[in-house]
Amino acid sequence: MKRQFPLILCFVFGVVILLTQFSPHSYSKGVYEEVLNWARIITPFALIFSTITLLQTHITRIRRQTDHWQYSFLVFVGIFIMVIIGIPFGPQHPWFEWLFNNVQLPMDATMFSLLAFFIASAAYRAFRARNVEASLLLITAVIVMLGNVPVGDLIWNTLISLTPWGDTFADGSSWMKQWILDNPNLSARRGIILGVSLGVISQSIRIILGIERSYLGGGD
Amino acid sequence: MTYNKTILWIIACALIFLCGTYAFSQEPTVSPPTNVTAKDTPNDDGSSITVTWDAAPEDSGIIGYKILRSTDAGEFEEIGKQLEPTATQYKDSEIEKGKTHVYYVQAITDSEAIVNSQETEGVIATGQWFHTGKIQLFIAMIVLCAAILGSIYLSRNNQDVFVRRIPGLEAVDEAIGRATEMGRSILYVLGLGGVSGPATIASMTILGQVARRTADYETTLRVPCNDPIVLNVVREMVKASYLDEGRPDAYSEEDIFFLTDSQFAYAAGVDGMMLREKPAAIFLQGTFYAESLILAETGNSIGAIQIAGTDSEHQLPFLITACDYTLIGEELYAASAYLSKEPMQLGSLRGQDWGKVLIFLTIVFGVLLELFGVNWITTFLQRVG
Repeated sequence: MKRQFPLILCFVFGVVILLTQFSPHSYSKGVYEEVLNWARIITPFALIFSTITLLQTHITRIRRQTDHWQYSFLVFVGIFIMVIIGIPFGPQHPWFEWLFNNVQLPMDATMFSLLAFFIASAAYRAFRARNVEASLLLITAVIVMLGNVPVGDLIWNTLISLTPWGDTFADGSSWMKQWILDNPNLSARRGIILGVSLGVISQSIRIILGIERSYLGGGD
Repeated sequence: MTYNKTILWIIACALIFLCGTYAFSQEPTVSPPTNVTAKDTPNDDGSSITVTWDAAPEDSGIIGYKILRSTDAGEFEEIGKQLEPTATQYKDSEIEKGKTHVYYVQAITDSEAIVNSQETEGVIATGQWFHTGKIQLFIAMIVLCAAILGSIYLSRNNQDVFVRRIPGLEAVDEAIGRATEMGRSILYVLGLGGVSGPATIASMTILGQVARRTADYETTLRVPCNDPIVLNVVREMVKASYLDEGRPDAYSEEDIFFLTDSQFAYAAGVDGMMLREKPAAIFLQGTFYAESLILAETGNSIGAIQIAGTDSEHQLPFLITACDYTLIGEELYAASAYLSKEPMQLGSLRGQDWGKVLIFLTIVFGVLLELFGVNWITTFLQRVG
């Protein structure tokens, strides 16, 4: 029964929520909203539990004095400051906003900006022309990059003017980039989306029917 | 004679003045709005009534319309704002449920004259149980579900369901074995999706299979979570996997923990773990956004074997570039069936393929019909979308 009850719940709610998507009736909308509200209610409790696990993790690190255990104190300092300002005064308080705008946002922006360097290193690896496929990728990437930058057409036109087809292919980088994005790229993306959608349907059926039950713990 | 002429002139002038005054005192003739009807709005929850009328000619002099409503035979009241002269319908979403509503439309002219239409018949709005506009989507869903369910039914006892080799999943054992041999941990990242995300659920099922093997090999499995509910589900799943393998003693709850729900703080935390702990194998499975490349490149820099999988098509190129193996889109959803080898789960994969065949045939058939000017398949597919 410990296993059957969650499976029955999953089946009933899965089918009911599916049917509500095809019914505009107020009862149907009401059921949908109610189930969503139940799901929302779980989140705050889970957040409290998760915060406790976070603190436990760092207490353990400090107690065992694992590598870089000193940094764990920063977690406590961060939580303490935000809680003593946030709970009594609310998130609209100027101090809370100041901390958010001057501490969290810049740190987020710093992490995000690292992406530029990672893209460069990943592109270097991906575009090495080791075989036919990699060479095709390189050529495509160069065309798309040229089409995206303001000087792309200038570079293209200068190079193409040296050939006999200078007039025919003037401003070619822009339309070639667009053609690549609109045709091979979009076709591949739609193929992936189609497969993903069928995968989601298949997985949902497996879960609703109880065939896929590993999310309950274990595989049987 | 002069006297008579003067009188005649006065009479003539008076007549001209009277005729002119009469003529200028007449309003230009404006027809009232015609064919005014009120109907219960189709495919809604019974919370609105739609009033329609015929468009007025361009030279009618009408500068706008007002709608007046009476509820349960009460006084008529103006509702909403004045409508444009080109309007031909109004959706009244502020009705009282279960009561009879009667409407009429007022046309307003440029000389501020008001012309009323005839009153409509009384209408009571009711909610519909089935959205007829979604019938195409419903049919498509039934057909695809039937294909998958049929395949599952036929595969119940069939052990020989062929599934093409998926290198990313074949490498799971290799990655775990490598971590075990090196005596290092395995890092499993579930991405930023919530527990309701299909990719997160698929990722959790793969984690269940990975946990079974780490339980066998006694390899440390570290799972930093981004979502509080995912954390709790994952803890239960991994614990059950260790129990199933008869190794509850090897399960460590501390290794599955909540990191943060902030996107880049999570990326920073996971990157820090990678650099400090140097895991031998990294699984990046689930929903990823801009942090995907930050995670994958850091994992690459420490020389870990990386197996990624996501349904976010924008992140796939980054993961393919930086990881050793990548599960592309649907392969992520096939992982559970592939790893468990259960006939019914494998049958669902075959059903997916039948769905694809069906869609492919529909597209080809639709293209052929379009060439002959027949477009009902195109219309059908547009409504499904």
